[in-house]
Amino acid sequence: MHIGVEWFISVSAILFGIGLYGVFTRRSPLILLLSVEIMLNACNLALISFSRYLGEQSGQVFALVVMAVAASEVVVGLGLVVAIARRKGDLDVDRLTGLRH
Amino acid sequence: MTYDIVFVVASVVAIVAALMVVLSGNPFISSLALIGNLIALATFYLLLQSDFLAAAQVIVYAGAVMIMFLFVTAYLGGRADEPTRQRPIWQTLAALVAAAGIAAEIVFGVARENFLHGPVVSDGFGAPQAIAVRFLGRYLLAFEGTSLLLLIAAVGGVVLATRRPAPRGPHEPGAFEVERPRRVRSLQSSVMQAETEFEVVRTGGGDDEKDEG
Repeated sequence: MHIGVEWFISVSAILFGIGLYGVFTRRSPLILLLSVEIMLNACNLALISFSRYLGEQSGQVFALVVMAVAASEVVVGLGLVVAIARRKGDLDVDRLTGLRH
Repeated sequence: MTYDIVFVVASVVAIVAALMVVLSGNPFISSLALIGNLIALATFYLLLQSDFLAAAQVIVYAGAVMIMFLFVTAYLGGRADEPTRQRPIWQTLAALVAAAGIAAEIVFGVARENFLHGPVVSDGFGAPQAIAVRFLGRYLLAFEGTSLLLLIAAVGGVVLATRRPAPRGPHEPGAFEVERPRRVRSLQSSVMQAETEFEVVRTGGGDDEKDEG
């Protein structure tokens, strides 16, 4: 059995699916952020596998940029979670409908 | 052979940890499971000869980002738990179909493709030097944009998470002021006390009234 790039991409797709399921079903914004992290990391894995497959480091550069974006997203997301918890005390994404109308 | 075993173990750890993140009701367990998932992904990066990214993954993600998650989970306490409301069954089914659909699509699409072996690369493929050459050369604009984004995110995090000072009266100290003993007022009160201790010579109408009484 030779483990080629298709195996890595398959694992990445499965992880992406798990993260997607989490985003769709969970209610706590904290877990939503964690699920988004899973999805971003699945994309990183795909980028790096193709970078290795093509023998070119550009994919790794993209993966690093994705890491920075994910870190920024976590900072802002957690800041929002803390602010919402302080103002409303109720962390349920289905009830955060203040901007609906 | 060792490569295959490491790959299989890392895949199992990554997928099981990701499932624990999504299915666990306890945010602490979710965060810790995500750390396991990230370390398994770092193993994948090592298998793909991306050494620098594996190190960055462990330091930046498993180290910094997840610690922040754990801090916020601890700060929120019970409020971070999943709401116990029952969700409709069609929602779970639809999510399952969407997730399994996108995963199966990619897996089957990739499995049908006949990928040849990638090129043989040198040991320095994922070295920091090789990445730095690209980052500071061809992708310099992306690099600068990333640094700007991180700065904006840091400022945004501070703005979002700071406690706004409540509206305060004229004599209450502000949120960032140090409360000092008020020297002026204490001087005033000692003067007042001195006035009550000694006899006060009154002039004007008060004295006249006293004489009449």
